[in-house]
Amino acid sequence: MSEKKKDELLHDHNHDGIDRRGFLKCMAWAGTGAFCVMKGGVLNSYSLSRMSEISTADMMAELSFVQISDSHMGFNKPANPDVVGTLKAAVDKVNGLSATPEFMLHTGDISHLSKPEEFDTVDQILKSAKPKDVFYVPGEHDVLNDDGKQFLERYGKGSKGRGWYSFDKKGVHFVGLVNVMNLKAGGLGTLGHEQLEWLEDDVKHLKHSTPIVVFAHIPLWSVYPEWGWGTEDSAQALAYLKKVGSVTVLNGHIHQTMQKVEGNVTFHTAASTAFPQPQPGKADSPGPMKVPAEQLRSVLGITDVNYVQGQHALAVVDSSLA
Amino acid sequence: MRRSVSIAGLAAALVLGIGVWGTGQKGSVTSAQEKMSTMEVRIDNFSFGPVALTVPVGTTVIWTNRDDIPHTVVSTDDPKTFKSKVLDTDEKFSFSFSKAGTYPYFCSIHPKMTGKVIVQ
Repeated sequence: MSEKKKDELLHDHNHDGIDRRGFLKCMAWAGTGAFCVMKGGVLNSYSLSRMSEISTADMMAELSFVQISDSHMGFNKPANPDVVGTLKAAVDKVNGLSATPEFMLHTGDISHLSKPEEFDTVDQILKSAKPKDVFYVPGEHDVLNDDGKQFLERYGKGSKGRGWYSFDKKGVHFVGLVNVMNLKAGGLGTLGHEQLEWLEDDVKHLKHSTPIVVFAHIPLWSVYPEWGWGTEDSAQALAYLKKVGSVTVLNGHIHQTMQKVEGNVTFHTAASTAFPQPQPGKADSPGPMKVPAEQLRSVLGITDVNYVQGQHALAVVDSSLA
Repeated sequence: MRRSVSIAGLAAALVLGIGVWGTGQKGSVTSAQEKMSTMEVRIDNFSFGPVALTVPVGTTVIWTNRDDIPHTVVSTDDPKTFKSKVLDTDEKFSFSFSKAGTYPYFCSIHPKMTGKVIVQ
């Protein structure tokens, strides 16, 4: 592999689905950032430092949206005493994107303690974002004390069960899942039987060529079960999506960007807008990680996703708030 | 929370009462029993410490959250023997164990966090 190609990954999904070398190379840790384009089942991954080499055609998107996550409004500990300021910075970042996103996804932990005033503050700040529609799924911090009643009243209009739903935008099918309710002692995130049945039915009639974006708070892949970073029954959910050519899974919860490709599925976790958490197993616990104040915004961020119709491609780009 | 605290007070008074009743026999045992009437569990680094706590019947266990992240203390049985509200940093929850038995519990926000109280 030549020096120029060092950061590039060509991964053929038409074989058995899991290429160990590709798997490892397409994991992007906090701060590094990755841009992935999928074409006809082949995923190209570039580091952000080589973005200038990507052709304009690749960047032209029919549909562009942004994922933000883990705003933890109400958090006031040393890891970030100003979560209002960093959420505002995230909105500024969204508003500064060259193509205005059509909408935003918030993948949960909107609030820190499920307090009404915390949700109010986030709603107020997000009003200044150029994209006016925001689609939410709850994090465990949003459903404290009331089994998610308040969350459903605020954000769950038209949703099913405990807040799951789907919608279509420009040929892409979006599915919002809830995996933070009814958690069992010793276990991970859970989707539950009722939601899985709904999902099976929801995707049954989709064509192979319809790209799917699935978003949920806790990762739908086993990032680090020792810290609860995974979902017990996610394999069942993904089994229903096997027949679809391109699945992009967007999660939050772990407060760092990470990416993995497995078969037809690209998994991606977003940075938080509030505080970073340590890399798996690199600390005693997954609690908030204190970094020097001047470095904080470099480990917080937003995720920009672009879909190029006809090219079968979803491109995921992380940007820090720095 | 307030109700639990008053139960704790009652339990302490009971232990004291027993102590007075037995005066003159084993004063050192009395003071040991007083100390035993409440026990602490610290929530630190996403874990309960100690993970397994053994206490005599009548003991009030007080959990204190020392993390920068909220946690809960919820028994795993159904119906729940005890269930705290969400505990933010430095907040406490207490429960008095009046019956012998093993009481497994967990944090309902971070279910990997588990512990148990063994009441003898």
